[in-house]
Amino acid sequence: MLLVKDLHSYYGRAHILHGVSLEASGGEVVALLGRNGAGKSTVMKTIMGLVPAAAGEVNFDGRRIERLPPYRIARLGLGYVPEDRRVFTELTVMENLAVGLQPPRKGAPAWTADKLFALFPNLAGMRERPGGRMSGGEQQMLTIARTLMGNPRCVLLDEPSEGLAPIIVEQMAHSILALKGEGLCVLLSEQNLHFSQAVADRAYIIEKGQIRFGGSMAELASDASLREQYLSV
Amino acid sequence: MTAVLQVEGLHKSFGGVRAVADVSFAVDAGELLALIGPNGAGKSTCFNMLNGQLVPDGGIVRLEGRDIVGMKPRQIWRRGVGRTFQITATFASLSVRENVQMALYSHAGRLRSLLSRFGAAFAAEADGLLDQVGMLDQATRPCGVLAYGDLKRVELAMALANQPRLLLMDEPTAGMAPRERVALMELAAKLARAQKIAVLFTEHDMDVVFSQADRIIVLDRGQLIAGGTPPEVRANPNVRAVYLGGTH
Amino acid sequence: MTFASFIIQLLNGLAAAASLFLVSAGLSLIFGVTRIVNFAHGSLYMLGLYGAYSLIQALGRTPLGFWSAVVLAALAVGLVGVLIEVLVLRRIYKAPELFQLLATFAVVLVIKDIALFAWGAEDLVGPRAPGLSMAVEILGRRIPAYDLLLIAIGPVVLLAMWLLLTRTRWGALVRAATQDREMVGALGVDQARLFTSVFFVGSVLAGLGGALQIPREPANLELDLAVIADAFVVTVVGGLGSIGGAFLAAILIGVAKAFCIGVGTVHWFGAEIVFSKLTLVVEFLIMAIVLVVRPFGLLGKPQAAQRLAADPAPPLAVPSWTFALVWLALLIGVPVVADRYVTILLTDIFCFALFAVSLHFIMGPAGMVSFGHAAYFGLGAYAAGLLLKRAGLPMELALVLAPLVAGAFAIVYGWFCVRLSGVYLAMLTLAFAQISWSIVFQWDSFTGGSNGVFGVWPSPWLASKTAYYYLALAFCGAGITLLWRVLFSPFGYALRAGRDSPLRAEAIGIDLRGYQWMAFVLVGALAGLAGAVYAFSKGSISPSAISIAQSTDGLIMVLLGGVETLTGPLAGAAIFTWLRDELARRTEFWRAVMGLVILAIVLLFPQGLVGGLKALMQRRREVHS
Repeated sequence: MLLVKDLHSYYGRAHILHGVSLEASGGEVVALLGRNGAGKSTVMKTIMGLVPAAAGEVNFDGRRIERLPPYRIARLGLGYVPEDRRVFTELTVMENLAVGLQPPRKGAPAWTADKLFALFPNLAGMRERPGGRMSGGEQQMLTIARTLMGNPRCVLLDEPSEGLAPIIVEQMAHSILALKGEGLCVLLSEQNLHFSQAVADRAYIIEKGQIRFGGSMAELASDASLREQYLSV
Repeated sequence: MTAVLQVEGLHKSFGGVRAVADVSFAVDAGELLALIGPNGAGKSTCFNMLNGQLVPDGGIVRLEGRDIVGMKPRQIWRRGVGRTFQITATFASLSVRENVQMALYSHAGRLRSLLSRFGAAFAAEADGLLDQVGMLDQATRPCGVLAYGDLKRVELAMALANQPRLLLMDEPTAGMAPRERVALMELAAKLARAQKIAVLFTEHDMDVVFSQADRIIVLDRGQLIAGGTPPEVRANPNVRAVYLGGTH
Repeated sequence: MTFASFIIQLLNGLAAAASLFLVSAGLSLIFGVTRIVNFAHGSLYMLGLYGAYSLIQALGRTPLGFWSAVVLAALAVGLVGVLIEVLVLRRIYKAPELFQLLATFAVVLVIKDIALFAWGAEDLVGPRAPGLSMAVEILGRRIPAYDLLLIAIGPVVLLAMWLLLTRTRWGALVRAATQDREMVGALGVDQARLFTSVFFVGSVLAGLGGALQIPREPANLELDLAVIADAFVVTVVGGLGSIGGAFLAAILIGVAKAFCIGVGTVHWFGAEIVFSKLTLVVEFLIMAIVLVVRPFGLLGKPQAAQRLAADPAPPLAVPSWTFALVWLALLIGVPVVADRYVTILLTDIFCFALFAVSLHFIMGPAGMVSFGHAAYFGLGAYAAGLLLKRAGLPMELALVLAPLVAGAFAIVYGWFCVRLSGVYLAMLTLAFAQISWSIVFQWDSFTGGSNGVFGVWPSPWLASKTAYYYLALAFCGAGITLLWRVLFSPFGYALRAGRDSPLRAEAIGIDLRGYQWMAFVLVGALAGLAGAVYAFSKGSISPSAISIAQSTDGLIMVLLGGVETLTGPLAGAAIFTWLRDELARRTEFWRAVMGLVILAIVLLFPQGLVGGLKALMQRRREVHS
């Protein structure tokens, strides 16, 4: 469903991605692992069109999207959940969801606020609370819910477990598996190997803007030297 | 021998959330100390309290024995602290040489002249610094057109212009091509050791950290959880837990 | 003041605040989402007034006719806003903010002449509101019923806006986009359509604000800039992007002005202070104080650092001496061959060239955009005139002292201004210009008020146009040379360095604010010199020399020529002054032509004329080589 080939991108004049290739299919959770600064967020932003792709391709459902503006990409059914959450702090939970609202689309689950409250029960009790007055974990759930309101077929989750308490991380894992169950394609970036092992089917390791490993979670689990080299200190 | 930089009990909270709590460490002349930690560990907050951008809630920061808490960045610079930034900050419309000359003029207190022509003085000194960082051949190009790795070198030359006692380098190799990274940090290390400058740097690239730092301190959730030589830190179970995730 | 008159002034203030709030809320809404400082917003207000006037005539002076006219006028103005957004601004959203600004100046010029064409130059006095023409007696004083209605309309519109913004998805989108446009786009929202709708609503508010004033205020062609100045003050005091803040600020300013009128003349320690003439001063003083205490306005939030210029700026080329000397030789020769008309036009051009170069210095290399640079030009001109006429100094001495007077004002104004940056800085410069303007305009006994100062002629040895031509060439040429020289001095480099990277400047020990303050004073004095030379060439000086129009003329000259080159402002000043003169002799509608020319340039050469030509030549060279 999502196919990235030899992607390069820059922040200003800093060359961040040096030819990234990866793919992800429907009903699959793929983890993009790497230490901070490795380029994980930039991969997500470049796929989404928020950082211009300097070279390379992004294919979504067989369509080239690397030159499209972000809103067109979102309307094709690719959802993006940023690392820094970017909740609209002045808007209530319901209003945050309203901003994400898009018409239902074929081949994707149609979400409503109520369905999302079933997926993220914490949010159900705070419909009218402004986004700025929520805890980090609640904000994280809200950003995911907000993106799901667009009924995407594929979601990019940038470090969903970062800075969350262990119990919230567990809920997050549960929710991600629920999305997979709905047939969504999920690409998530992570530093947390344990969390990734709990939810992902496959993994890529990125380091210094280049993919160093691609394979199943089991392969990664059995290769201690790989983990040492790219993920540990 | 007293440390060039001595930090004791540094504290900072934002809106009730503790960003940095009770952090203490010291850097000696000619020593490279790396400050590492996962995202949100408090590295930037810590750094910005040392360079004057943030005022700590509590704690002492001593530069060669004198407290510098509450000073503005430019006053701290005058006391001998050079800086490089995570995202390079140079003067894009000025040439490479003029960038370094700007720092030299400022150091000499000669920027207030309205009628003399800028650039006549300190040209040789600027070229000397540019030679040290390998940028002399590009001295006349404007910074606005340089490659990113070269900008980092210009920054280093500017940071060295006031003959600093301490160099603060925030993510010195961020945004550089992989093979340039170690080279840049090797250069910084060589210059610092030769000139007996204390260096504190944060860095994501573990190759750079473990190959160049004399000592490493690790910050997680605002607190120092480990410190020591590279092999000691690498073997520390707390550090491994922080980097590989799992139950804290 | 008695309690009754206190209440009456309060009501007066609240009635005035209503329209001020409407127009400011629209401006704030548009800025919040699009980040465009829409100078044409006052023009939309003016169109609302004119539109209501004509529609009432067409629909009849019945309550139904009146109110349908008001609503239709507001909606029509909304459509004009949509046209402006779709035809002009949408094409330049990615251009530097200064070019968006230049485009909105051009729209101001075009709309002014459309109004002139459609409604003529005479003030048009509208009818009173049918059914509301009576007065209500309150505490023994008579208050027009319509004013009471206006007082009610303010909160009603605030409530309606609040409902629209908090109870609809559109409102959620607007508030979300005000905070984080990019994220809204990443969630699938088409910005272009959102911007158009925001322009529509914002313009309707401006149109409504204007239309509602038809029973209180005659429609006239000066409203556009007068209203935009007021609206800037209100939005900045309230906090850019905050509707509630605009409401609060409109009331604060409306009431403060009403009280000034109510207080009238007061004797303090033997001095007579006419408060009723200080309304504008009070308004802008409130703004200056608020901005210094709360740099983001009463209810505003700190905004991500934004610069009003293109970045990164290219290096400045040193002007070549041969180039300068050839031009100097040509200009020295002009009076020998050319007629009196050309000599006078060139004298004007010299004054405006120095004015433009001084403005360029502060907004280009020093990176501080000024919307009120005419303050120093005008103060220099007035200082020259008053030193000659009131102090009885010889003309030569007045000419030399005038820049020092302008510089002294710049010391005070600059101290406040360098504490701010970006749009807020620009607005504060405008505020100081308006304060200066209103003092000059209202201090009849000293400055001659709206008539200005007459008989400001040079000494006999300079009386001939040719002699004065050489004086202007010498003084303005020297001023320009001095400014250019300073640009290449250590001080000038420090300013450019601070503009390129304030962070790095601070990190190498540069006290940027101090340097910027010095720059402010320097350019203030030299703009003052331009004004003084101008005053003696015309023989008289009027408040228009300090007006917003004069400030925007300067901005147009600089932006037209291009901020990024040294010669740009010279070319801009020459072309603008010549074109204005040519057009004004040929057509009554020279502003519209000028506006269209500027729009064409903005859309074709977003780097300005000289910058655009250089880029063009560069491309040629590359093609050839």
